[in-house]
Amino acid sequence: MSFLLEPLTYEFMQRGLLASVMVGVLCAVMGTYVVLRGMAFLGDAMAHAILPGVAIAYILKGDLLIGAGVAAVAVALTIGLFSKDGAVKEDTAIGILFAAALSLGVALISAMQTYAVDLSHILFGNVLGVSIGDLWLIGGLSFAILLTVAILYKPFLVISFDPVLAATLRLPAELLRNLMLVLLALTVVVSLQTVGVSLAAAMLVTPAATAYLLTRRLLPMMFVSALIGALSSVIGLYLSYYFNVVSGSAIVLTATLFFLFAFIWKRFKK
Amino acid sequence: MSHTPHRLELQNINIGYGDKIVLRELSFQVPHGSRVAVVGPNGAGKSTLFKALVGLLPLQQGNIFIHGEALGLHQDCVAYVPQREEVDWRFPVTVEDVVMMGRFAQMGWLKRATSRDRDAVQKSLMQMGIADLAEQSIGQLSGGQQQRAFLARAIAQEPHILLMDEPFTGVDVTTQEATLRLLDHLQEKKVTAIVSTHDLNLASSRFDLALLLNHRLIAFGAPREVFTKENLAQAFGNSLLVMENGMMLVDECCPPDEQFTIND
Ligand SMILES: Nc1ncnc2c1ncn2[C@@H]1O[C@H](COP(=O)(O)OP(=O)(O)OP(=O)(O)O)[C@@H](O)[C@H]1O
Ligand SMILES: [Mg+2]
Repeated sequence: MSFLLEPLTYEFMQRGLLASVMVGVLCAVMGTYVVLRGMAFLGDAMAHAILPGVAIAYILKGDLLIGAGVAAVAVALTIGLFSKDGAVKEDTAIGILFAAALSLGVALISAMQTYAVDLSHILFGNVLGVSIGDLWLIGGLSFAILLTVAILYKPFLVISFDPVLAATLRLPAELLRNLMLVLLALTVVVSLQTVGVSLAAAMLVTPAATAYLLTRRLLPMMFVSALIGALSSVIGLYLSYYFNVVSGSAIVLTATLFFLFAFIWKRFKK
Repeated sequence: MSHTPHRLELQNINIGYGDKIVLRELSFQVPHGSRVAVVGPNGAGKSTLFKALVGLLPLQQGNIFIHGEALGLHQDCVAYVPQREEVDWRFPVTVEDVVMMGRFAQMGWLKRATSRDRDAVQKSLMQMGIADLAEQSIGQLSGGQQQRAFLARAIAQEPHILLMDEPFTGVDVTTQEATLRLLDHLQEKKVTAIVSTHDLNLASSRFDLALLLNHRLIAFGAPREVFTKENLAQAFGNSLLVMENGMMLVDECCPPDEQFTIND
């Protein structure tokens, strides 16, 4: 018992745990759409595209999360614009913006003096440095995003499964698609603090892919994914405490183990 | 016939893709509750017409009126079963989920399904003979079963006009029978059914009206009057073979090697 309770005597661990669980659940739920709509590449690109926003916020001594948020939403909408009406294919638009934003971000960060430490925090997250203010921001954004996903469950389901039905039922598919991109961008921003830009995509994809193997309907898939996201975050954080490894890596590796178990279970069930 | 209100009216429409016009100066009127067979060679523009009727393709010219109102102005009551479903077959939805989607517009996008919605879904599943498949994943069904699932969804929409693009192509007798029974049932309920087909026998025996198309309207009316030698020759050109005994063969269909016959 003390094995479980001891880390919690530190306030930074309590805050870190709360933040990780919220991020784990949020990423896992948004991740179901990422997996089902084949947006894994987009999730990864978006995470890296945040870099210049973070760097500029850092230089201006502003809030990193706000810088990240502005960058992510800008990138999401630009991808929507470039790929509108099939001008260029979506993954091409993503590839172009991804590379440009990442280059800009690295250029800005390499010009900073405290280069090494800050870069590693941005890349891998700094879950033990979560402040009360961060916690409120993560909690508020998570709640808003999950509420939107719950309210728009049916429109999102139809535009993802059957675009022709969406058009005949006169859903504003373009608007919904852009809204989904913005929600995804905000999700990546929220996960910045705990797992960092390099691992955010994994938190989006891995729990949802695991849940896809275990369920046959969308709503159960979302719940199972959320559960796996939350469990991975808790277990990962404890592992990181006792084995002194980077928390983001520990969380992602735990989620990957869940995936492997589900994959093997599914193989043997056949 | 002239006293029934015209539920669907096309006025001089041009439809196409980009600069290319596929159907030119098309005008016709369909009284409510009739069964219309749309016939024409491959590439005649049958699917194109259906896409325009549900608002998937913008009109380049002309107007479409449903209940006397322009398409898209009122809550549209048109359900559409495409020739090839372009859905994500690996999506985690069951047959029942898919049919329930047909109810979404009526129940309200932000509301929950009521018992009335669930009843409508059950009835549609039963009508298409797939109630026992309700819990199956959509991707695990056979092609014919999938088609029946999407027909069930279209019925669950409780449309006034039902468009089916080639529901008889590539399906077995069970699915074909279920679809034909559905057509009769729809007629009793005064639902207009517009169905494209390459089967001239079916078109003349099971439909009230026939629409012969080849990039323009060739003939529209009772099947007996529409499927004349002259009209069919205009529509099908060289692929129409007139036999010595007056029987006509249309050498035009998918899959190839299959031929439809009609007694004239
Ligand atoms: N998305 C598209 N873009 C451009 N042209 C198209 C498109 N879809 C169809 N066409 C063209 O429009 C014409 C009519 O096609 P349509 O699919 O309406 O024919 P159809 O009568 O349904 O034929 P089939 O019996 O083979 O189903 C064809 O010449 C086709 O090449
Ligand atoms: Mg067609």
